[in-house]
Amino acid sequence: MTLAITDLKVTIGGKDILRGVDLTLEPGRVHGLAGESGSGKTMTGLAVLGLLPHGSRVTGGIALEGRELLTLPPKELNKVRGGEVAMVFQDPATSLHPMLTVGRQLTEHMRHHLGLGRAEARDRAVELLRKVRIPGAEEAYRRYPHQFSGGMRQRIAIAVALACSPKVLIADEPTTALDVTVQAGVLRLLRGLCDELGLAVLLVTHDLGVMSAVADEVSVMKDGLVVETGPRSRVLREPDHPYTRTLLASLPDAEVS
Amino acid sequence: MSSLLKIDDLVVEHRTPGRPVVRAVAGASLEVRAGEVVGLVGESGCGKSTLARAVVGLNRAASGSISFEGTPVTPLGLRRRTMTGVQMVFQDPYASLNPRRRVGDQIADGLRVAGDATSSPADLLERVGLPREFASRHPHEFSGGQRQRIAIARALAARPRLLIGDEPISALDASAQSQVATLMRDLAVSSGAGLLFISHDLSVVRLIADRIAVMYLGRIVEVGDTAEVWAEPRHPYTQALLGAIPKPDGMGVLPAELPGDVPDPADPPQGCRFHPRCPLVMDVCRVKEPEFGPVACWLHEPS
Repeated sequence: MTLAITDLKVTIGGKDILRGVDLTLEPGRVHGLAGESGSGKTMTGLAVLGLLPHGSRVTGGIALEGRELLTLPPKELNKVRGGEVAMVFQDPATSLHPMLTVGRQLTEHMRHHLGLGRAEARDRAVELLRKVRIPGAEEAYRRYPHQFSGGMRQRIAIAVALACSPKVLIADEPTTALDVTVQAGVLRLLRGLCDELGLAVLLVTHDLGVMSAVADEVSVMKDGLVVETGPRSRVLREPDHPYTRTLLASLPDAEVS
Repeated sequence: MSSLLKIDDLVVEHRTPGRPVVRAVAGASLEVRAGEVVGLVGESGCGKSTLARAVVGLNRAASGSISFEGTPVTPLGLRRRTMTGVQMVFQDPYASLNPRRRVGDQIADGLRVAGDATSSPADLLERVGLPREFASRHPHEFSGGQRQRIAIARALAARPRLLIGDEPISALDASAQSQVATLMRDLAVSSGAGLLFISHDLSVVRLIADRIAVMYLGRIVEVGDTAEVWAEPRHPYTQALLGAIPKPDGMGVLPAELPGDVPDPADPPQGCRFHPRCPLVMDVCRVKEPEFGPVACWLHEPS
């Protein structure tokens, strides 16, 4: 197992945000995290990267291949962030820097984390852009984010996340801001990369359709607790927990399936 | 039901010096009846927003006609708006509300337009599900979902007969989206107004719309009752759009991908606009554009 979250509790300003979350991510598997807004999905993702808001108190454990992340000094944690654990955010329009070229954003952390030279980093960046299927990768390297469509931007954001060959990828609603036709492409890409590179992916989404399409394991969160975890087909077809059943029943297609 | 808004063969062009003319809307026809919710869907860049802006007079029509309750819609003047029966809710509530004025004052603008002396801004806030005392606050004190509710309250204050939502939910947090969409529907229907709801999110449109219009590259390619279109999409583009929605059946099926990108609207393909991406393309599609409805496809030519 790559990443193990055990009994993670987060308190912000006296309010319990997470009340004991347990999750495990395996290499080459997509773990879906579902739930309503405010259930703590995003906070779980942020906690792994140590990106929780100031003044939040965290207890429990987050172990990356046996190494405890919560007690890591900031300098060590910085090596993990972007290097071993990477994140893709919901809105590619705001997660990419508008004034820097795509190439710059792709190579900056590569050179920092991996200590690559300029030319080496460039070659790798172009290769990454090809891997996420950006047409004209050589040219795209020199362009700015605004010159790409939303779907292409999200592909670039994924390329940025993959640049340092992370072991864990946290994708927070990666396709929510995209058209359905584009979403299909991005989901295929995510699934393919996960299989090919053996990434452990934590996919945070409220869309159970997306979940059903790419996740291997599904966890359902409610009020800061994971109420149900299991293989995709079981959780979505024969849910144990009443809350999962209400989630599924609230979908417009509920009567069909 | 009487026709509230009638768009006939509308063409809207964007002109930029030194660039070719972009026909964002290239001959679209659509009708909204009183008390009806019409959902306009399509990929980004297909001209949905331009169409909406033309309806309220923010974009000038190059040809074709738009009429609201029988009177033609003219472009907005600099000083005074006469057509207050149409109100719009914009995409980004962070940009559409004035950050320096109290939300109550902004809603009061709408009330003044309607000549409504009986209701107060607080009443409207209550209708959109916000506490009355929020009227004295400024927009920065609210979250995205709350701001969009305020924008809806402001639009409703003018007592519109037609409400237009231009991607009103796409800037919101994923879980606030269906709440705000249903709120818009309920408020429009309960006040007897028509609603033209523009979105790229088909699942939300399905939830609230009576009829769906599917737009592709400046043209409406299919119109029909929501349930019918959903159960039996006829245009290949509609089929592709619906096929791309992943189903929550737990089978792990990756949704079908529609190959290619939306072509450049400045240089649309010859013949049917969808033919380069269409899986069922025929010879006639490459030469002649299907100019009929409700399904603009040579496979569904009315006899």
